[in-house]
Amino acid sequence: MRVLALSDAETLRSRYAALGAEPPHSLLRGPETGLVMLRGRIGGTGEAFNVGEATVTRATVKLADGSVGHAMALGRVPEKVRQAAVIDALCQDGARATLIDAEFIAPIEQALAQADERRRRETAATRVDFFTLVRGED
Amino acid sequence: MYVAVKGGEAAIDNAHSLLADRRRGDRSVPSLTLDQIAEQLALGVDRVMSEGSLYDRRLAALAIKQSRGDLIEAIFLVRAYRTTLPRFGHSEPVDTGAMAVERRISACYKDLPGGQLLGPTFDYTHRLLDAELEGDPEIPAGATRDGPPEAVTRIADILGAEGLIEEDFPATGQPGDINQTPMEFPLSRAMRLQSLSRGDEGFLLALGYSTQRGYARSHPFAGEIRIGEVEVEVFLPELGFAVAVGRVKLTECQMVNQFKGSAKAPPQFTRGYGLVFGQSERKAMAMALCDRALRAQEFGEDVVAPAQDEEFVVSHCDNVQATGFVEHLKLPHYVDFQAELGLVRTMRAEYEAGLGAPAVETPPTIEIREAAE
Repeated sequence: MRVLALSDAETLRSRYAALGAEPPHSLLRGPETGLVMLRGRIGGTGEAFNVGEATVTRATVKLADGSVGHAMALGRVPEKVRQAAVIDALCQDGARATLIDAEFIAPIEQALAQADERRRRETAATRVDFFTLVRGED
Repeated sequence: MYVAVKGGEAAIDNAHSLLADRRRGDRSVPSLTLDQIAEQLALGVDRVMSEGSLYDRRLAALAIKQSRGDLIEAIFLVRAYRTTLPRFGHSEPVDTGAMAVERRISACYKDLPGGQLLGPTFDYTHRLLDAELEGDPEIPAGATRDGPPEAVTRIADILGAEGLIEEDFPATGQPGDINQTPMEFPLSRAMRLQSLSRGDEGFLLALGYSTQRGYARSHPFAGEIRIGEVEVEVFLPELGFAVAVGRVKLTECQMVNQFKGSAKAPPQFTRGYGLVFGQSERKAMAMALCDRALRAQEFGEDVVAPAQDEEFVVSHCDNVQATGFVEHLKLPHYVDFQAELGLVRTMRAEYEAGLGAPAVETPPTIEIREAAE
């Protein structure tokens, strides 16, 4: 669910389309957009406080075999969340879940990790290397 | 007396279509896309999200486009939109310690674990206008540097290890929410921070500046500023656990202030905290200065300056409220004004009768009437 939520809508859409025919499903809830209040902690580790809200979309679907899937993601992204909920429902079956993890989730996760690593290395290039100037006093 | 007046419907309609025309400007210039605004005016988008108190880059970009770049108007649009959506719940408190840091600097320690990471900063630029940007020059990608990842330790953890800084006490219970309960002073620090986090950057900046110039006597150190993305987790009752729903970019500032101790606490450093949406270092620093100043009573300090007055700061930091009250003055006040006009005329007549001679030249119409009398 984490990877599905972090994936951008376009990536998810194209990978979802590549799966072939969409499994028949009914929408139990949503997709609907609302708000979540984002919380932080005072000083970083102290008491919780409300920072501000974010838009969020959620959906719950039910497949023909009765499996139920949930999804929630930041933004106003009904299609992405509906697709994520279908994937989540498919994962309720153990054997199918292993297959989906390997074929569907892992590549997205890898791409996310690569993008993160790229950004980390860009930030690392802006790290200050201090050096001490020798003073002519000796 | 309240008098209902109708009229101006056609004028208002035409004013709005004129506004739409002026917003679009010269049609031979391509229209701005939301992607262009979100990508290239990213810090303006961040400000609208922060003060609009709604994290949604695309909505903020739309608001900037619609408001012709008037950011306070854009913030107003976002606030108004926000009220149309249902509240699903709240996130787990984000862990800024686990942030994917894009920038982290400390003015306290030169060499601290994780290092000084400058990131995409305006600092050390010469603030010279770049004529090349009049065109669309090719911009190379940022440089990269290899090496294993290193944990970016918080400054508070370093000072905390020595016991020289006040500790955070995780409290149980729900923090108050200024969106759902009317504000009553004194506020909890949690509610104060919520209010400051969406407060006007310029207002907080000026107040923060005032504390440095002596109006509250604050000499803090920028213990740490970090900017980056954190994962947001929301507890889903249908699952029974919290799941990640996405990432948001935040700016966090820890100000460190000297404190000479009191009957209750030994000498130590105290803290001011700032946390805002997006990349907004100036605002996070100003927020941290105001947070610390507003803690005066907590530390038994004298409340002598505006920045220490909670009711003053919190009641005036919201630019949507402020703009509403200031700008309402342009609404028709015809009846009020007629009443005041009558009153001033009466007072003036009494004044002049007492003086025996008119203080200023009176308009001819009145002279004529006086002559007739």
